Amino acid sequence: MNELKRTPLYEEHLAHKAKLIDFGGWEMPVQYVGVIDEHHAVRTKAGLFDVSHMGEIEVRGQDALEFIQMLITNDVSKLEDGRILYSPMCYPSGGIVDDLLVYRYNSQHFLIVVNASNTDKDYAWILKQADSFNVNLENVSDQYAQLALQGPLAETVLQRITELNLSQIKYYSFTHGNIDGISCLVSRTGYTGEDGFEIYVTPEHSRQLWRKILEVGALEGVQPIGLGARDTLRFEARLPLYGNELGAEISPLEAGLGIFVKLDKVNFIGKEVILAQKEQGVPRKLVGLEMIDRGIARSHYPLQKDGQEIGFVTSGSFSPTLNKNIALGLIKADLAIQGQILDVMIRGKAVKARIVPSLFYKRENQTKPKESGVVSDKVLSSIA
Amino acid sequence: MNPVDLKYNKEHEYAKVEGNIITFGITDHAQKSLGDVVFVELPDVGATVTAGKSYGTVESVKAVSDISASVSGKVVEVNTSVMDTPDLLNSDPYGEGWLIKVEAEDFAPLESMMSVEEYETLLAQEEH
Repeated sequence: MNELKRTPLYEEHLAHKAKLIDFGGWEMPVQYVGVIDEHHAVRTKAGLFDVSHMGEIEVRGQDALEFIQMLITNDVSKLEDGRILYSPMCYPSGGIVDDLLVYRYNSQHFLIVVNASNTDKDYAWILKQADSFNVNLENVSDQYAQLALQGPLAETVLQRITELNLSQIKYYSFTHGNIDGISCLVSRTGYTGEDGFEIYVTPEHSRQLWRKILEVGALEGVQPIGLGARDTLRFEARLPLYGNELGAEISPLEAGLGIFVKLDKVNFIGKEVILAQKEQGVPRKLVGLEMIDRGIARSHYPLQKDGQEIGFVTSGSFSPTLNKNIALGLIKADLAIQGQILDVMIRGKAVKARIVPSLFYKRENQTKPKESGVVSDKVLSSIA
Repeated sequence: MNPVDLKYNKEHEYAKVEGNIITFGITDHAQKSLGDVVFVELPDVGATVTAGKSYGTVESVKAVSDISASVSGKVVEVNTSVMDTPDLLNSDPYGEGWLIKVEAEDFAPLESMMSVEEYETLLAQEEH
């Protein structure tokens, strides 16, 4: 058995009495004080996440732009330098290898950020596609620690320790600068449905930065947040998770990510199958579910209608913000009708749920709308 | 912290014996390991439960746990408060967070359960 990997912030998690779990081969904090408390902290104040386990792959070279265009479904050619794009990356079958962020330095230099548990798989996949392109690829995951400060007070708190004018960093943009005297890459991105920043820093400086942010945010109650709340936060905001809403057997159209698939691009891996699916209609659709009977729908529980299996739950949980039990499910497209009632099979028992809009949570005063095809709430609310 | 008058098992459940009525619940250690409890499913009054078999579930935000009966018998009382307010299991597992009361058919299974001293020894071992 492989030993679990640890981030440079491992000792900090111990100091904060985190409960640690194996997450995709990483020993990560699932919670510090409690999932619900941490969830509310991010929705109402701000919370600090260690997301150093995320993978980073650098793409450089003359053909970098062309290569990424072929690799992902979204269109990176229209992206300005200094901006970020969200995209699925597909197999020729149309199934999803991973979902990722592309940071564009310029047309010959990009940084791709991928899911932690997929990093090795993704890197191998990307390398394999690169044969006929003039590009240099490097898995630089070990060179970066990553902190995410998320919540309505994120900008206020972070601004105290940087000369950068954070209000100038637009949603899905990034810049370089010093935070607490440490050189960082800062982007206005996140995975919580709140405003916030993701900060890339060298492993050596990550502990200083972690402590400093908690110190300067202490007055507002900024606290460390574990993966448990990260999951409930992203789920309420309908941000997909690989292994749940996304996978090798699920196409981006089925997962409701059609807006990030640019079928007018010359070519990309998976295009033929996805195009055919678009023309013939997608077989399945992702829907929101709200429990009518008592019970919590969990990932992979079967969904039935009139005793027939029609799909499965992709994510399900008690929603701390809404104070009710909700889920996302992938079901036969012709049954994906708002208001329909179906059965969640919980340990062999049929428990009723209703199809509802899948964007369970949308933050107020969302002043920075999507510009480059990010998973914006607006876009996703139009899908369900 | 763990009451001296209870019997404990390795699954971190307790049984409180009062005559032939046995109250089931989960221990303080169990609630801490689970984290915030958000859902509890319990049998109805009049149902029968079997020693060692699951009679319901306790769910936290992240986990689903079966709860098993310490003795066989008929359910005579169900704590409906914990179904409406599951966090009682976190705040008061030995008091308001009890789960069901069962009229025991046979007391024998209780003999294999642990005393508080034995249970705390187990907890100490599990920490290492």
